[in-house]
Amino acid sequence: MSTSVGFYLWRTVFILCLVNPLMQGLNGEESHHHHKETNITGLQIVKFQWHHVEAPYLVILWVLVAGVAKLSVIELNHHVTSVIPESGMLIIIGFILGGIVWAADMQQTFKLTPTNFFYYLLPQIILDASYFMPNKLFFRNLGSILIYAIVGTCWNAAAVGLSLWGCYEAGAMGHMDIGLLQFLLFGSLISAVDPVAVIAVFEEVHVNEVLFILVFGESLLNDGVTVVLYNVFEAFVTLGGPRINATEIFNGIVSFFVVAFGGSFLGILFAVLLCLLTRRTKNIQIIEAGFIFVVGYLSYLTAEMFSLSAILSITFCGVCCQKYINANMVEKSVTTVRHAMKLLANGSETIIFVFLGITAIDKAIWVWNTGFIILTLIFVFIYRIIGVFFLTWILNKFRLVPIEVIDQVVMSYGGLRGAVAYGLAAMLDEDRIKEKNVMISTTLIVVYFTVILQGISMKPLVQWLKVKRAAHSDLKLVEKLNNRAFDHILAAVEDICGRIGDNWWTRGWNRFEEKYISWLLMKPKARKNRDYLFSIFHKLNLEDAINYVSEGERQGSLAFVRSEQAANIDFKKQFDSEFADMMPDMNYEMGIENISVTSIVKDSIPSVCLDIHGQDRKKSVDDFNAHHLLQQHLYRSRKHHRHKYSRSHFSINQSEDEMQEIFQRTMRSRLESFKSAKMSVNPAKKIKHYRKEQTHMMANGHAKSADYLYEVEVDFAVRSETSATKEHFTLDTYTVRAGIENPAFMPDMDTTTQSPPWLTETEMDTVVAPSQRAQRRLPWTPNRLRRLAPMRISNSSTDSFLMADVFITEEEPAQKDQTKM
Amino acid sequence: MRYARPNNAEELKATIRATWALITPEQCHRLIDSMPRRIAAVIQAKGAPTKRDDFNKVQDLKDNPIRSQIVEAFFDRRNFQKDGVGSMEEIGFEEFLTVMSYFRAPALHTTEEQREEIRRAKLRFLFNMHDTDNDGTITLEEYRHVVEELLSRSGSLGKETAKGIADAAMLEVASISVGHMAPDEFYEGITFEDFLKILKELEIETRMNIRFLNMDTTVLCK
Repeated sequence: MSTSVGFYLWRTVFILCLVNPLMQGLNGEESHHHHKETNITGLQIVKFQWHHVEAPYLVILWVLVAGVAKLSVIELNHHVTSVIPESGMLIIIGFILGGIVWAADMQQTFKLTPTNFFYYLLPQIILDASYFMPNKLFFRNLGSILIYAIVGTCWNAAAVGLSLWGCYEAGAMGHMDIGLLQFLLFGSLISAVDPVAVIAVFEEVHVNEVLFILVFGESLLNDGVTVVLYNVFEAFVTLGGPRINATEIFNGIVSFFVVAFGGSFLGILFAVLLCLLTRRTKNIQIIEAGFIFVVGYLSYLTAEMFSLSAILSITFCGVCCQKYINANMVEKSVTTVRHAMKLLANGSETIIFVFLGITAIDKAIWVWNTGFIILTLIFVFIYRIIGVFFLTWILNKFRLVPIEVIDQVVMSYGGLRGAVAYGLAAMLDEDRIKEKNVMISTTLIVVYFTVILQGISMKPLVQWLKVKRAAHSDLKLVEKLNNRAFDHILAAVEDICGRIGDNWWTRGWNRFEEKYISWLLMKPKARKNRDYLFSIFHKLNLEDAINYVSEGERQGSLAFVRSEQAANIDFKKQFDSEFADMMPDMNYEMGIENISVTSIVKDSIPSVCLDIHGQDRKKSVDDFNAHHLLQQHLYRSRKHHRHKYSRSHFSINQSEDEMQEIFQRTMRSRLESFKSAKMSVNPAKKIKHYRKEQTHMMANGHAKSADYLYEVEVDFAVRSETSATKEHFTLDTYTVRAGIENPAFMPDMDTTTQSPPWLTETEMDTVVAPSQRAQRRLPWTPNRLRRLAPMRISNSSTDSFLMADVFITEEEPAQKDQTKM
Repeated sequence: MRYARPNNAEELKATIRATWALITPEQCHRLIDSMPRRIAAVIQAKGAPTKRDDFNKVQDLKDNPIRSQIVEAFFDRRNFQKDGVGSMEEIGFEEFLTVMSYFRAPALHTTEEQREEIRRAKLRFLFNMHDTDNDGTITLEEYRHVVEELLSRSGSLGKETAKGIADAAMLEVASISVGHMAPDEFYEGITFEDFLKILKELEIETRMNIRFLNMDTTVLCK
């Protein structure tokens, strides 16, 4: 028995090691053995059931192989990929893999079938492209894109088809069983610029955004034209030359509009559906990220079902829904969608390129016709250039900002053909088109030529021509503000000269959109705080907060490890009861907060807490969010093994103990600061005259002058604004109400050895600026600027909080003239 | 005329004069037909040059959050002469044209210097719009004011938020233009050089432009 098991194990390992090609060969032998051994042994402990898993197993293995291929391309060959684009490298790897398969099987068992390509590989790439489409840029250049996509593609198809036919008639290709219509069909399938190839190559080149959107938009939208041309000519071929009359041609033209606009419209319909769905997912946030994939794919399939343009459908679905679903979904889901989208798109792109390579190693499809291939290459290349230059020449008469000659060169050179053309060629019906294999092999040659050769030369060309590159800019608030102002200025100037121009339309659309469409498609709460500027502001604040933490950690763990002595035990008893009172509320607040950071942020009124000392609790929410991040960051090591499995909730850091601990640490450091305030030369009361902004809050402090905590808070607010926000927030909540005593609180208090960094005084002299944007008037008040200066000398906690007091006293006189009081 | 792409204000004026000669008799007739209506408008304006009120009458402008800044730009002397100071009470057609010329589109073939020149001119116009007291810097107060107005119509964002955003933006400018600041340094405002620097990536020369010339004259002369 054991030998039998060992045998099976060994075989399994063997099969796993020798990837699928050999597996194919083993299959027959395998089942043979299988039967034999079943007869011998009665009961089997381990059964080898290759046939049960064959199909999915092969798929997954190929995915793995493609993934490893990509990995090796990226990781192992940095100097190669700087010359050859990734897509080209993947095709080359495909050649090699195909060679291995061929060597093993002596036939090509694996190839890219049109069904797989169009139904399982292409949709996610298009969805990804459209979901991440820079909408403003896209719609601003939509006119030009459409001209290139429609007129350009028609021109290419017709010109290539007719020229090839002409050459054929002239006898350049020898004898072939082919007619004018077949040539036109071939022209239509070879004419479309391929989105997958274009994305892959242009992503690495970083040309300027207008150029990119023109090429990219064209490649996405010309699919409608290609599909129609393809269908029409295929129908014509089926009908046969003589039976085509004016009606048929007219039908063909009508079908173009139906297919293209019908597909786009369908996409928009599904986008609306998607937005409405995500509008309702407040309570099931965990699945909302899935909707976009499901509905997007559905739009693709539905369009396919009605024989409309599926690519256009999914494109418009993605383009139209992105704004609303991003606002509707919680931030986590948005992140999930983004990553999943990129993952899927990247994955299938890799698979497509690898399989484009593998497909080539097949004797069956190669019918070499030198004349046909070379002429096709030349015509494809030349007519693309002619088309682009001619259309740009016309467009430049109407475009406000003309397209430059250099950009035109890159555009025409960027006419890459890819898997779509191959897919269409592979779909041809061999009965009607006798020369199908010639077409397939020519298409493959064109694809390899454009993707590999043009892809390689694209980068040097762009550099040599000094094409304006994309300015790689970080998220800058100033720029966005200026952009906003800009739009208004342009619209205003148009108003003043009484012209109904682009800006007028843009503004009109924006108003309409804000009034009706957002109302329909967005969550009411999302509507409120979706302002673009605000979201950027928010993002930058978060970024600062994260930077702050990581910077603090990088500076050394010393700042984060507080010694036991730092804890002030004397004060513990004194405030014992007060702490206990606060506990329940605190926990309550934290508990809610934990469920989803973003949901709180979204649900609350979006006000930013630059005015951190403001009394309105809502104002501190933004920073509180940042603090949540800080907390998560710091406590990560512990929460790892505190996962509770739940299918619908994915919130970490939910343990109550942890919350208690956080609270205790907070309280402890507050105590320390209180102590230091008491011990220092300047009592806390004086500090309150520190800054103008605080006077408000101070009034409050006076009213409850007996309340120690307010004093503490003031002290703290002065010392570090970041922590002040949080302090303030928490204080607001728990000083109001009294709760039940929590006896579990005290013992824990003694065991805590660490204190969150943002609560300790050491923060005062770190080199980092904590959440700069959250600080008011930072550039003007010198005491804020202290944070920018490398003042940190000692991380020792005991010293540092005394030092912090010293700082305050030193700054006091400097600040006095600034305060009115 | 429609496709002319003048490189500077002088060229634009020359082109306009040339076009003037090309106006067809039909257009004149249409203009003559609309004369009574326009005369009425002139009478209403008492024949005076354009004033601020006239801009405020423009219907679509009412909803523009930064209306006042834009209108002010039309009367700002700095936009007419190099070292002009203060603002005018009323402007003539010449001034109006000058302001409009800031929004001209770039020509197809421009040299690098021309482009830079256009860029500077456009940015200067924007800068002046922010720098209301003409001291060469956009101070925090000035910037806050603009941002507040800018965001005043976007609904949910309150004044405090606007202030916060302005502050953060200012801070960004400070860190970009000055870099690492010493503790006692004081950033008093955005100078024009800083302004050029921070908006380097905006490609203003290709964006701050409006299509004037192929407008539908029938709209104007109904």
